[in-house]
Amino acid sequence: MTRNTDQSTDETDDQMDLENTLSDETERSVETDGGSVNSPFEVVSEFEETRRDRYRKMYDAYIYAPIAIIWRDWRARIGFTIVILYLLTGTVGTLLVEPTGVTEGPALAAPFETTEYILGTDDQGRDLLAMTVHSTSTILKMVFAGAVCTVGLGTVVGAVAGYKGGMTDTVLSSITDVFINLPGFPLVMVLGLLLDDYILGNPWAVGLLLSVAAWGGLARAIRSQMLTLREESFVEASQAMGLRTHTIVFKEILPHLMPYVVINLSNAGRKVIFEAVALYYLGILSFENLNWGNILNLAYSANAHARPGALHWFLVPMFAIVFFSIGLTLLGQSLDRVFNPRVRARHEKTTADIDAEDDVSETNTNDMAGGI
Amino acid sequence: MVTIDWRIRRLGQAAFTVWAVISLSFVMVRMMPGNIMGAMVTRMAQQGINPAQARELIELRMTIDPDQPIPAAYVDYLLSTLQGNLGQSIYYGEPVTQVLGKALPWTLFVLSWAIFISFFIGIAFGALMAYWEGSKFDIGLTSYAVVMGSIPFYVLAILLLIFLSYRLGWFPNGGRQPIGVEPGFNLIYISAIIHHAALPVISMLVASGVASLGMRGNSIRVLGEDYLRVARLRGLSDMTISTQYVARNAVLPMYTTLLISIGEMFGGSVVLEQVFQYRGLGWYMLSATHQRDYPLMMGGFLVITLAIVISLLIADMTYGYVDPRARGQE
Repeated sequence: MTRNTDQSTDETDDQMDLENTLSDETERSVETDGGSVNSPFEVVSEFEETRRDRYRKMYDAYIYAPIAIIWRDWRARIGFTIVILYLLTGTVGTLLVEPTGVTEGPALAAPFETTEYILGTDDQGRDLLAMTVHSTSTILKMVFAGAVCTVGLGTVVGAVAGYKGGMTDTVLSSITDVFINLPGFPLVMVLGLLLDDYILGNPWAVGLLLSVAAWGGLARAIRSQMLTLREESFVEASQAMGLRTHTIVFKEILPHLMPYVVINLSNAGRKVIFEAVALYYLGILSFENLNWGNILNLAYSANAHARPGALHWFLVPMFAIVFFSIGLTLLGQSLDRVFNPRVRARHEKTTADIDAEDDVSETNTNDMAGGI
Repeated sequence: MVTIDWRIRRLGQAAFTVWAVISLSFVMVRMMPGNIMGAMVTRMAQQGINPAQARELIELRMTIDPDQPIPAAYVDYLLSTLQGNLGQSIYYGEPVTQVLGKALPWTLFVLSWAIFISFFIGIAFGALMAYWEGSKFDIGLTSYAVVMGSIPFYVLAILLLIFLSYRLGWFPNGGRQPIGVEPGFNLIYISAIIHHAALPVISMLVASGVASLGMRGNSIRVLGEDYLRVARLRGLSDMTISTQYVARNAVLPMYTTLLISIGEMFGGSVVLEQVFQYRGLGWYMLSATHQRDYPLMMGGFLVITLAIVISLLIADMTYGYVDPRARGQE
């Protein structure tokens, strides 16, 4: 909006508030060619939305509201707390706890006896607490890379196969079926051995590697949901509007599957922990930074299972693994309950009195497979 | 007509998977960065074997001639693998099929028991949990299943090994058969074998609370169906209702879960057999990995895949007998 020079002198009057100025302006404003403004498109809104307001709205819709919904569930509260605890350990914790070295303390000091080595030491005098804390960031990187990659690949392949149908579907589904039938862990084992030079000391790459064998199940599930969703009328409307396939699939349909995808993130994360720790425990991947799997491997190869005073050497990393995956399981289940309308509806309809514990098993969308 | 079509398609799918896996293993052996062929050549050079001899040895062991161009080598590899020639183990000096053939029954023994028992217990407990929905039994078992689902089974296996075997001495601490007992079809030998297999089976069992959770969910869903109300109105006995109506319908979806768990258990056998030093398929594959016995490792990979493909095929083919509705549809 152009502003005349005589008006700008008006503005020196600081008393005038913003609204007044604006309305004044719109009434009197004259284009440079002398014509008056009538088009509604050129009228500025009475209220100004600052960037801050916009951010606040986005925060409200995408961050605050979901968290508020989830927070009502006790499972989610515990799950969230655990995950955040691990995030803190992996970031702040590594700064607070000093890294440990060989012969720092006595060999195999028992846990909870000295304040210096609260969780005890291993057979070379390394502090187990420090080892576990410093492992966390490595594991977190693997989990993040693995979960995002598994879910991303599975979602894209499943969505495209389900939406396109025909030849694309046949090809993608066949590939998916092969990956579902492949023995995931042995495949990862062989690949890990071959690519050892490339993934040495790079936790992100380990995550990527693990996702190779894990995306098949999700792709199949997404595909079958896509098959029903693509018959919906809003899809037909989008097609009639001439939107590109890309836009229809990823902007119009996928948001409907988002809850499912989010839930699978936490499940995929848990699976990545299990498999990564197993790979390191078996000593297949060589390592630069310690992680829980190496600690188990060191303990096993030092025969800690046969020695009487070395039990804590196993228990400390095991506890770290199990606690984290319990957190992820609880998070996944609560997300499932929050997002899954079937669960919610059933819960509201039939049970006013049944406790929250009750439909843990409603894992329709939540694959609970605990093994590798 | 429809049934035949479906079966042929399923067979074709299985054949496609087998082909894809053999191709994949060819890629891993010959073409990938860090491929096995290159690793073997370097290793042999370090051992002072001259290149010409090394190439001959590699051809014998991997059934791939390193001098052939890739397409020809691929066709040769595909054919010889399909004929059951998986090469020769470096460490054992025997054909890979022979080494793995001796190991396979042991793995199948442990896995079939683990699958069978865990599903039997899981289904029974799941049905009970559904029947007593909301009771202490239900809540207790549900939380148990959640916690167990979060424990990797190998962690559990190590703990069981420490406590039940090393501390309490109830079970042998590894191996698949006792030393010094003549193998034979007698009671002592058989019970010793079962004793050795018990701990691996138990650790898979305890970790799989999954089956019972699935069964519980299914049963609860079935319990809400209208036809059950009708059955009660008709005055059928509880026994008839629970076995003929609830159980049969609730077990059906479990069949699919069973299929998926077969694959997972085969994969998991690598870790499980390492923990208990149980010389099965997984143990041989892992030790081959550590000894860089590449033919045995790739052979193990192929055999495990084949086992999974076959068991899934059998399960799919027989699903029609379990669920008559599926016969006409697919």
